[in-house]
Amino acid sequence: MAAASAAHRHSKRCRLSPVPLDSPADELLFLVLDRVAAADPRALKSFALASRACHAAESRHRRVLRPLRADLLPAALVRYPSASRLDLSLCARVPDAALAAVPSSGSSSLRAVDLSRSSGFGAAGIAALARACPCLADLDLSNGVHLGDAAAAEVARMRKLQRLSLSRCKQVTDMGLGCVAVGCTDLKDLSLKWCIGITDLGLNLLALKCTKLTTLDLSYTMITKESLLSIIKLTNLQVLTLVGCIGIDDDALSSLEKEYSKSIQVLDMSHCQNVTDVGVSSVVKSIPNLLELNLSYCCPVTPSMVRCLQKVSKLQTLKLEGCKFMADGLKAIGSSCVSIRELSLSKSAGVTDTELSFAVSKLKNLLKLDITCCRNITDVSVVSITRSCTSLISLRMESCSHVSSGALQLIGKHCSQLEELDLTDSDLDDEGLKALTGCTNLSSLKIGICLRISDEGLTHIGKSCPKLRDIDLYRCGGISDDGVIQIAQGCPMLESINLSYCTELTDRSLMSLSKCTKLNTLEIRGCPRISSAGLSEIAMGCRLLSKLDIKKCFEINDVGMLYLSQFSHALRQINLSYCSVTDIGLLSLSSICGLQNMTIVHLAGITPNGLIAALMVCGGLTKVKLHEAFKSMMPLHMLKNVEARGCMFQWINKPFKVLYIFFQPACLPLRYV
Amino acid sequence: MASGTATNADPDQQTVRSNSVEQFYFPRPGQSLPGIPPFFGPPSSSLYLANDNEAKVGNQLEPNPSQSTDWDPQAIVSNLTFLEQKIKQVKDVVQSMSNRENQVASGSCEVAAKQQLITADLTSIIIQLITTAGSLLPSMKNPLSSNPAVRQLSNTLGSPMGFGVNANQRPSVDSKTDIPDIGKASGYEELINSLNTTQDERDELIKGPNPCGGEGSEPTPMEDHDVKESDDGDHEGENLPPGSYVVLQLEKEEILAPHTHFCLICGKGFKRDANLRMHMRGHGDEYKTAAALAKPTRDSGSDHAPVTRYSCPFVGCKRNKEHKKFQPLKTILCVKNHYKRSHCDKSYTCSRCNTKKFSVIADLKTHEKHCGRDKWLCSCGTTFSRKDKLFGHVALFQGHTPALPMDDVKRKRRERLFWTAVGGLNWNCGASSRVEDGEINEEVEP
Repeated sequence: MAAASAAHRHSKRCRLSPVPLDSPADELLFLVLDRVAAADPRALKSFALASRACHAAESRHRRVLRPLRADLLPAALVRYPSASRLDLSLCARVPDAALAAVPSSGSSSLRAVDLSRSSGFGAAGIAALARACPCLADLDLSNGVHLGDAAAAEVARMRKLQRLSLSRCKQVTDMGLGCVAVGCTDLKDLSLKWCIGITDLGLNLLALKCTKLTTLDLSYTMITKESLLSIIKLTNLQVLTLVGCIGIDDDALSSLEKEYSKSIQVLDMSHCQNVTDVGVSSVVKSIPNLLELNLSYCCPVTPSMVRCLQKVSKLQTLKLEGCKFMADGLKAIGSSCVSIRELSLSKSAGVTDTELSFAVSKLKNLLKLDITCCRNITDVSVVSITRSCTSLISLRMESCSHVSSGALQLIGKHCSQLEELDLTDSDLDDEGLKALTGCTNLSSLKIGICLRISDEGLTHIGKSCPKLRDIDLYRCGGISDDGVIQIAQGCPMLESINLSYCTELTDRSLMSLSKCTKLNTLEIRGCPRISSAGLSEIAMGCRLLSKLDIKKCFEINDVGMLYLSQFSHALRQINLSYCSVTDIGLLSLSSICGLQNMTIVHLAGITPNGLIAALMVCGGLTKVKLHEAFKSMMPLHMLKNVEARGCMFQWINKPFKVLYIFFQPACLPLRYV
Repeated sequence: MASGTATNADPDQQTVRSNSVEQFYFPRPGQSLPGIPPFFGPPSSSLYLANDNEAKVGNQLEPNPSQSTDWDPQAIVSNLTFLEQKIKQVKDVVQSMSNRENQVASGSCEVAAKQQLITADLTSIIIQLITTAGSLLPSMKNPLSSNPAVRQLSNTLGSPMGFGVNANQRPSVDSKTDIPDIGKASGYEELINSLNTTQDERDELIKGPNPCGGEGSEPTPMEDHDVKESDDGDHEGENLPPGSYVVLQLEKEEILAPHTHFCLICGKGFKRDANLRMHMRGHGDEYKTAAALAKPTRDSGSDHAPVTRYSCPFVGCKRNKEHKKFQPLKTILCVKNHYKRSHCDKSYTCSRCNTKKFSVIADLKTHEKHCGRDKWLCSCGTTFSRKDKLFGHVALFQGHTPALPMDDVKRKRRERLFWTAVGGLNWNCGASSRVEDGEINEEVEP
């Protein structure tokens, strides 16, 4: 014990809880472990290895199991008897037999099982699960395109189920839903998104039997007028999602006129093509306690419709993305919806300076504003936004290209509460970034394609925004290593950084970024001067790295991959296209168990044999992008084998670009549009 | 085209209301002019007798030389006699109407129908006159007979039952002029058309069993009509309802006849005209031509032919035209099914339940598909034929739940056994090596 703790990095904690880690101390210990795990997830593993007692304590502490392979499931359940949540999202294939092994471990403490990313199981597996964990409260079967009514009937045996997701279980019909409705009467949260086999019959039965429902997602189902009434009548329903329901039209909505739901707080009717302003006007009358309304891509916004929203006095969030604003529609929002905190107008047509200025001048309490791609607005709007909405915490105005750099400076000066700012593709310059020094709470900053910013501006950000978690510098051609170093030094909380096509960057940037231990997403696509040396620093420093894009980093070779395989065990997704990686690098990379998503296109050093070997070793793959030429070169049965494990191939047929095309602002890809 | 001109010159055809082309190809004996004794047979339901048909075939192959004369005074005389009779008839009817009007004021619709009838009769007389006169004038012959709409009309009307080739399918005669002019039928032809559909019983027989033989009925001379009336008590000429359709009535025997298409050579019967055409190939090369084998199209006359509806021969039936609230049947098939279902014994018994009986075999088959297994099952064991009924039941009773069909459950159980058997194996092997695991899974996957 002593030796172990001495050898261990986390000896401090072992000293804190002396020799017997018994049950009385458990609660205290678990609090400590929670905190340790929050700081560094790997610390628990080290702790468990410290001693037998530590191992046992860690076993008792663990609540969430996320096995890398389904065949580890029985052992894991034996070791962690008190685990309440089983997340199988890393197991692309979970055969019925794996689920059948659950009861033998006697893990009755399991409350939640997530099978949303897995395939390979059927009704038999779910039946085994139902027998093993009759007390299961949360089951996620999303994407179970192969699951049918038989599986749903087995789900119905879990009487205590409170949350169930059957999203994209397209084969489930009314019969399956009927079983669930009768069996799981405690259901509170049900998602039937994309269950296109379900009709009004089943939904009526559901509304009759599951009266405790609070959240119901019926997106893209065939719901019509027939069952909408009974759904609305559910007395506890708070969140109703009806995205893309073509059966919901003005007729259906107007039929609700006499009904009255006090409980519904969130209504999402985005992409309901058959709804017009008339239908919306009638539905809001029957839902007076609405807090959030989403009408994106749904209907034109007319003044009369907006005036109806006046009756919904508590409305806080209004999303009108992609809507067409009629004359005075936006003005009416300003005068009618005084209570709203969050307004989204992104990609809407008809948003003009005068109307937007009027609206925001009335909405003084606005916290979040999204005017992405409102291309007609100019400095006038920005001036009135910054003048009236000083408490904004989120402002997204990507692609508002008529706004001048001078107006953008006002944002930083007036909205000091900002946490999220998106100025992608704008005229932002260093002065604008300097103005942001007042926004000390900034956690997300997206300033891609802002060609005028330089290291100087980034220095201001690095000095004044210590809480920054996410920064996007996509195609900021004016920045160099010094700017990135300032960011890396000033923002230790950084989790995600996009440096794609910042062609001046070298390994120095990555070396400084390696100090950001929380970094999990790194995109350095098209940075030709970055080499394996820089990547190895990242691999050693940022152990939580899960997403990596090194496409067109020609200097990165097998050495970088060796470091990644050695240190980046959290890696889930990688894009290797155009790198100098060969079979060796690929093979070593494939030893990362959790790797799910690989893009391997246009790698000169890859042979079919090396590729197939890597694919066979890497068992957790779910999606692999390969060049089409490999399709014929690899043995078919091997591909089938990999596919059978739950991997999906995507064959890319793009020409190989031999020379690196240097950064040309004129031919920017419209990535952010 | 040589045969076509010969046909047009034929006086019989001219007199029989521009039925010329049709007559040439299908000189059906029972249908020809009353003035020509050899072809004027007594109306009978034995229309499909082989000897008749043989005669037809013979005529069809080459024009009858006796018909190639210019015009026949005897025929005209008989025509005129007929007109005389007809006028007298109309006169009688008008008189009776005037009498009745004086007596009773009721039955306004009946009066209206009668008036309509009179108008129709008068028009027919005028037409008859014109046609008869027209046959005398060489200049009028061609315009009348070559008027495509008229010819086409007569084609559809005169299409012989039992032999599925329609006149308009003979390209040599009319394809040139016919097709572009289809839409130009004048009101005159329509009149003829509606008049021609006066219910001649034999015509219905002819028309009836051939559902694709065109909409209208035979353009039969009125003498025929008279004879028929006396022959068949059931039949009434005065049944043109206020609606725009024409009512036909088949005889019981015709409805129940197993075959409706007969070979003109050997007399073999068929249910479908296509089968008959296939059969005809065996009788010679002339039946193997594309035209002979082609499906008779009905589009030719559809614009001009009157809408036809059918009446059930069973007196007192609502589908019988004499019924007060007469509801006509739409097609021949409807007539057949209706008659069998309503007025025949139910001779087909379901072999599964031994209780349900049917008179139409298709009904039995439909029933047998569903008999014994109601698709929708509740956990309490009750079965339902309809899903909404099941859901209503489940909604009503606490604890009842929809149950999946038994075969599904069985399959599922089998699957489960399979998985526990094979899955265990897979399990042990799979644990040893990941690569192997994948392979085994693949094999195991059904």
